[in-house]
Amino acid sequence: MVVALVLVLVAVGSVVFHLLSPWWFTPIASNWGYIDATINITFWITGFVFSAVVLFMAYCVFRFRHVDGRRAAHQPESTRLESWLGIATAVGVAAMLAPGLFVWSQFVTVPAGTAELEVVGQQWQWSFRLPGKQGRLGTSDPQYVSADNPLGLNPNDPKGRDNIVIVGDDLHLPIGKPVKLLLRSLDVVHDFWVPEFRAKMDLLPGLVTYFWFTPTKVGTYEILCAGFCGIGHPQMRGSVVVEEENAYQAWLGKQQTFEQLTKKQLAKK
Amino acid sequence: MGEVIFGSGGVVPAAELPDVELYHAKTWITKYVFSQDAKVIAVQYSITAMAIGVVALVLSWLMRLQLGFPGTFSFISAEGYYQFITMHGMIMVIYLLTALFLGGFGNYLIPLMVGARDMVFPYANMLSYWLYLLAVLVLVASIFAPGGPTGAGWTLYPPQAILGGTPGAEAGIILMLLSLILFIIGFTMGGLNYVVTVLQGRTRGMTLMRMPLTVWGIFTATVMALLAFPALFVAAVMMLFDRTLGTSFFMPSLVSMGEHLKYGGGSPILWQHLFWFFGHPEVYIVALPAFGIVSDLISVHARKAIFGYRMMVWAIVIIGALSFVVWAHHMYVSGMNLNFGFFFAVTTLIIAVPTAIKVYNWVLTLWHADIHLTVPMLFALGFVVTFVNGGLTGLFLGNVVVDLPLSATMFVVAHFHMVMGVAPILVVFGGIYHWYPKVTGRMMDDRLGKLHFWVTFLGAYAIFFPMHYLGLIGVPRRYYELGETAFIPKSAETLNVFITLAALIVGAAQMVFLFNLVRSLFNGRLAGGNPWNATSLEWQTPETPPAHGNWGKELPVVYRWAYDYSVPGAERDFIPQNQPPAGVAAQATITAVSAAH
Ligand code: HEM
Ligand SMILES: [Cu+2]
Ligand SMILES: [Cu+2]
Repeated sequence: MVVALVLVLVAVGSVVFHLLSPWWFTPIASNWGYIDATINITFWITGFVFSAVVLFMAYCVFRFRHVDGRRAAHQPESTRLESWLGIATAVGVAAMLAPGLFVWSQFVTVPAGTAELEVVGQQWQWSFRLPGKQGRLGTSDPQYVSADNPLGLNPNDPKGRDNIVIVGDDLHLPIGKPVKLLLRSLDVVHDFWVPEFRAKMDLLPGLVTYFWFTPTKVGTYEILCAGFCGIGHPQMRGSVVVEEENAYQAWLGKQQTFEQLTKKQLAKK
Repeated sequence: MGEVIFGSGGVVPAAELPDVELYHAKTWITKYVFSQDAKVIAVQYSITAMAIGVVALVLSWLMRLQLGFPGTFSFISAEGYYQFITMHGMIMVIYLLTALFLGGFGNYLIPLMVGARDMVFPYANMLSYWLYLLAVLVLVASIFAPGGPTGAGWTLYPPQAILGGTPGAEAGIILMLLSLILFIIGFTMGGLNYVVTVLQGRTRGMTLMRMPLTVWGIFTATVMALLAFPALFVAAVMMLFDRTLGTSFFMPSLVSMGEHLKYGGGSPILWQHLFWFFGHPEVYIVALPAFGIVSDLISVHARKAIFGYRMMVWAIVIIGALSFVVWAHHMYVSGMNLNFGFFFAVTTLIIAVPTAIKVYNWVLTLWHADIHLTVPMLFALGFVVTFVNGGLTGLFLGNVVVDLPLSATMFVVAHFHMVMGVAPILVVFGGIYHWYPKVTGRMMDDRLGKLHFWVTFLGAYAIFFPMHYLGLIGVPRRYYELGETAFIPKSAETLNVFITLAALIVGAAQMVFLFNLVRSLFNGRLAGGNPWNATSLEWQTPETPPAHGNWGKELPVVYRWAYDYSVPGAERDFIPQNQPPAGVAAQATITAVSAAH
């Protein structure tokens, strides 16, 4: 009796908790609203299955618990019932997988003409690099890293000279324009994550990874590191500022290129 | 239901091999310390695993204290926190659960359940335990090494694991890798034993399709472990070389804290593939024995044949096979080619189907059953609830695009604790309450057992169910402290305090269990040979606890499957596997050849 009641409470309590919970996604600020939709579909399907299974158990425990003289039925199997349940499960799984794969195919397909910029991780800070007037990012290698060249740009690559280098400051993005982040790490594995944008991706040394999104809401968003990277991991923060095009251009105009930066450093010495 | 008679009928084949002659221990030391008796080895494994498990439990308290009350406890530093999560995770998964299910339950139950006198290679079996103990001691030694144990996370991702920004990069990581290597060597010796014993050591009449599901689960998990651990083994050796000899298997050229290191050309993602090629099957190495054991607990205590035995066996085998092609679902955001996501999402979600069928069959076994709410049964019910919950959240994380926001958050921590932490642990407890009378001859205390169950089951649910919602907000895992984070509401802190309190209570309830375990040894009610009226062979031994050699003079002969409960027309509600069908006289086995010596 008690056992059955507790099982009912677990099932009902879980659903009520879910419905009343104040803890939910942060309001979305990118184009990946489909991800939230897929999660919601998944919640409905899995919530139904969970409640059904637990309530069924509760009923059985209530109805078929041992009393003197009871004897269990003899029903070793039913291929038919098992097959039907298997098929129903497969349908439920497909109902979650199909939207998931559909959205994933959008995620892996970067729209033509998407602006590229680079995010560089190192213990324990975020840096950024944007293409300059020529519109291209120069090559880089950790072996070039020095006090004057914190991101390890190739000093002999002319394409890199006009690149805009942002170290220890916020990244700004224009609203409504798709952007492809090229991710690179100088030391260990990190992970670039802005919860409001939903997507995240690891940064690894020796490899350039990427993902794309379109910021859809003006605001300042916190960057977290979601790849454990040593004791400073929780402190590895940064900010992304999403703003209107003209504010963005004004910000861009104030940034320094790689060339300016190295010259200034040389002048200082 | 039709008139099929399950696993019965057929003539019992003649013995193909003479009975084995066992090594007879003469001294106390060879009997109880360097013992070759699988039952003693099982107890050694279990005690060692539980002892180190207590360490992992205490670590979880410390971690929860930090998360619930950040900054309050000055003795928990960031270094310490990361060392705690690493040791906690590694101990729980490998040194507790793997060792306990395979080395503990496997050693005890396989020979008894298949009607063998012992494992087929008793000497290797003994070595297996001592290597395991050595592995545990090396692990413990790392706690006292200069710089402390490694704090790289249980996944030990390079380059971070062997570089200065991570605690324990000096000696801790070396000892951790050595310990893993020792564990794997030891496991292999035991594992080969379990597999060969199941394949070659069964008694007459014990066909594969008459074996209890416990044996099927442990057997399949062992085969998987034998295939999966080598990946971890080579990866550990390679990382050891990277750390000590300066090779660059996993190390590209990099700058650590402003210093150019001499590494170059290696690939950190290679480690991730090797690790998860082991790591994902590892989840099932822990889960399949739990599946098997829980099936038997439900069947015995509901006095009913497990529903769909054949499907249950096939599901175990299929899950085992499929789990070798899903490993990269741990790597959706690792930077591997994004197109792999399609493949691994599909394979991952396909596993849900055989897994779901197992769940349906467990609960369908309860239908029209005669449910005895004993302590083992309660734990079995608790397992099903917890496992279904954790399994369903796996459908979130396996569905590649949903994993984008949720990976590396507390949602993941909640998910894997439900599915491979709490659920298997509940089965471990259920199994211990169930077989303790066979191992010791005494029953464990019922009231303490129920108290232990309710606090553990409801408490663990209270810890991990709400934790998913922290992950939905975006609280990351492996964060020593959240600090001021704009999008995380204050109420999340309250929730964290609640979870910590629940964790402290659940931890304390385990002391009740340990107390019960020890006290029942002296005070427990005498159990007799078959207190649960079960059918499988381990309950039919001539002596309880079973003597060395298990079966007295003659091996049992098996006439039926392990699930003849409540058979219509039968006198009692169970028919032991070695009871001949009506009208057939029990066949005499050839007496042990050893008698001739
Ligand atoms: C009441 C019991 C338990 C509590 C309160 C608990 C608590 C925790 C906490 C707080 C973390 C760290 C979360 C983070 O900051 O990332 C953690 C990590 C972990 N736990 Fe548990 N745990 C418990 C039982 C278990 C069990 C039974 C297992 C067995 C599989 C387990 C396996 C792990 C693993 C693998 C990690 C990940 C470590 C890492 O991130 O490297 N835990 N646990
Ligand atoms: Cu980082
Ligand atoms: Cu990090």
